[in-house]
Amino acid sequence: MPNSSEPIERHTLSVLVDNEPGVLARVIGLFSGRGYNIDSLTVSEVSHEGHLSRITIVTTGTPMVIEQIKNQLDRLVPVHRVRDLTVEASALERELAMVKVRGVGEARGEALRLAEAFRARVIDATRESFVFEITGKSDKIDQFAWLMEPLGLVEVARTGVVAISRGPEAM
Amino acid sequence: MSKQMTGAEMVIQAFADQGVEHIFGYPGGAVLPIYDALFHQNHIEHILVRHEQAAVHSAEGYARSSGKVGVVLVTSGPGATNAVTGLTDALMDSIPIVCITGQVATHLIGNDAFQECDTVGITRPCTKHNYLVRDVNDLARVLHEAFYVAQNGRPGPVVVDIPKDVQFATGTYVGRENIQHKTYRPKLDAEAPQIAAAVEMLAGAKRPIFYTGGGVINSGPEASRILRELARLTGVPVTSTLMGLGAFPAANRQWLGMLGMHGTYEANMAMHGCDVMVCIGARFDDRITGRLDAFAPGSKKIHIDIDPSSINKNVKVDLPIIGDCTRVLADMLAAWKARDLSIDKAALDAWWTQIDRWRGRNCLAYRQSDEIIKPQYAIERLYNLTKDKDVYISTEVGQHQMWAAQFFRFEEPNRWMTSGGLGTMGYGLPAAIGAQKAHPDALCIDIAGEASILMNMQEMSTAVQFDLPVKIFILNNKYMGMVRQWQELLHGARYSHSYSEALPDFVKLADAYGGVGIRCDKPSDLDAAIEEMIAIKRPVIFDCIVDQQENCFPMIPSGRAHNEMILGDMAVDLDEAITDEGKMLV
Ligand SMILES: Cc1ncc(C[n+]2csc(CCOP(=O)(O)OP(=O)(O)O)c2C)c(N)n1
Ligand SMILES: [Mg+2]
Repeated sequence: MPNSSEPIERHTLSVLVDNEPGVLARVIGLFSGRGYNIDSLTVSEVSHEGHLSRITIVTTGTPMVIEQIKNQLDRLVPVHRVRDLTVEASALERELAMVKVRGVGEARGEALRLAEAFRARVIDATRESFVFEITGKSDKIDQFAWLMEPLGLVEVARTGVVAISRGPEAM
Repeated sequence: MSKQMTGAEMVIQAFADQGVEHIFGYPGGAVLPIYDALFHQNHIEHILVRHEQAAVHSAEGYARSSGKVGVVLVTSGPGATNAVTGLTDALMDSIPIVCITGQVATHLIGNDAFQECDTVGITRPCTKHNYLVRDVNDLARVLHEAFYVAQNGRPGPVVVDIPKDVQFATGTYVGRENIQHKTYRPKLDAEAPQIAAAVEMLAGAKRPIFYTGGGVINSGPEASRILRELARLTGVPVTSTLMGLGAFPAANRQWLGMLGMHGTYEANMAMHGCDVMVCIGARFDDRITGRLDAFAPGSKKIHIDIDPSSINKNVKVDLPIIGDCTRVLADMLAAWKARDLSIDKAALDAWWTQIDRWRGRNCLAYRQSDEIIKPQYAIERLYNLTKDKDVYISTEVGQHQMWAAQFFRFEEPNRWMTSGGLGTMGYGLPAAIGAQKAHPDALCIDIAGEASILMNMQEMSTAVQFDLPVKIFILNNKYMGMVRQWQELLHGARYSHSYSEALPDFVKLADAYGGVGIRCDKPSDLDAAIEEMIAIKRPVIFDCIVDQQENCFPMIPSGRAHNEMILGDMAVDLDEAITDEGKMLV
């Protein structure tokens, strides 16, 4: 059993996989079957000709568990590569959210002003609502949603984190 | 080679190209085209089992005793679900299996069609990899890939699920040439600096130990050969897991016996007291380590494994070496010789003196009786009367399995087949059948318990049909002995549902199946009865009536450390010996 006194860390992993049926189920099944955490997971095809998809997983665990997760992922037959972007330091992480706010008068104006400060765009408007689009780090989105709450926050849809390393190299 | 043929024909062609001679299977609606293709040829022999679980265990026994891939063919739905226990067993013990499952026609998938189940969904967590083939033109490649994946890297079971319409469809067959997997390339060789570091660490040891496992067997006979040479050259004591028995000869003076929960006193004490541990193809499983925070304290650990995910999973090691055991051991041996290394003689002598003192404890001793057959005695006699023969041993799961591991002595790899990781009762008989198919003239014995054997008893019928003269040697203690032992130790001797009530008459049962039954309940008759069994060239059930009360010792109680093991003669207040925390563990 991993030493429980070790600190819990949060890591962002990039996983390049064959885009074939069941590959996401394999990855998710690995996490649920072995009791690992998934804080965020995104997946999309990144090379049509190469049939490759890229999965970005944000997970938490002790260093020993994180190492296990990487090795277990790497062991899956359709997995090409696993990169720990947290270890590489200064990797870029972004998330996109759509935030729906309902209100009139004062609150409506305040919502617009905050959106501008956060560089959120209005992508839908009615007389009593806005939908904002915002990108940034997850905590920025958390904060934006938190600020919108008293101003009539209706709902939020988020993509989860995507990440990429800095510099010229591929993963 | 590329040629037009039906999907069903491709399955048979791919088997032939992969050198498959025997497959274990059971027909049904969704594999009829493949059975039809089997009917039209005669180079592949199909062994008809009586339950799909047994098909997989037979294929495991075949694979483990021969080093080849075991091949299974079953139908959709219940055929596939029945195979799940076998697949999980093969995954846990890293046994190369290719299992073909039939599936309903592609247009019916997802419609709850008759005998449909989500085979790839169900088997995803219990296979190394699996495939659903929707296009006949992918089939040949997938089949060859399945054989590649099953046997390369850490071996394991691979399922290929083939819808019935794909079996009927015609497409292009491609041969096995150059078919690997697109990306799956396990790392086989270690880097030179790691090898250097490993031999230096070993040479600097004062109390070294080799802790070997099933990986040495899986790597092939060459790994065992090099292990022996390395051990001889270095003078290091050797112990092994349940899975690794036979890699190092039991007759060798450097052999300490098996380690772990029911391992020997000397093996466990040496593990606890060592200063450099070389773990070779084993995985620090909980049966081995006991209490983790007290496992081999103060030792430096080298871990050789082909699977990076085995490294630092349970135990943090100082020097991980990813690679195939044969190659890593060969490199270590070469490096040891090239540098002309040796371990400090005085230190090693002192270590052996200590080990001999532990050996002197004679931890496997038991009280012999004239009236009643002691199970340990039965295994000792079975060993002594068969040791000069070409013998393959499989087991079921329970006390008899542990006694077999303790008292049967293995000199060679691939002679011992037992369900280690999953602990599957019902494993032994089909595994013996598989081993017998691979070695028709050998003596294949399933050392069984009276409870376990009933889980796949129906395979007697397979043995009789295919003239496979396996011997089922039942240590009949009329209890699920291992359960009874735990209830005695942990649950105040309240024997809840562990008595083997209403047992069949095994002698009559053997007869009913068309085999031969023998019963023995006197120590003085035992040798003659075993000789009689060996002489019979047909399947035999040997009902060996043994002491019902005997417990299996030594034992490291759950949650305890290696140096807290309990020996037979001190098994008094066992309830005390196990902490509440320990009781939570299995
Ligand atoms: C399929 C399965 N079910 C349950 C168990 C739990 N179990 C482990 S040993 C055992 C008793 C085995 O009894 P028997 O075959 O008579 O062997 P003995 O211990 O008496 O030698 C049981 C029930 C198991 N290992 N496998
Ligand atoms: Mg029993």
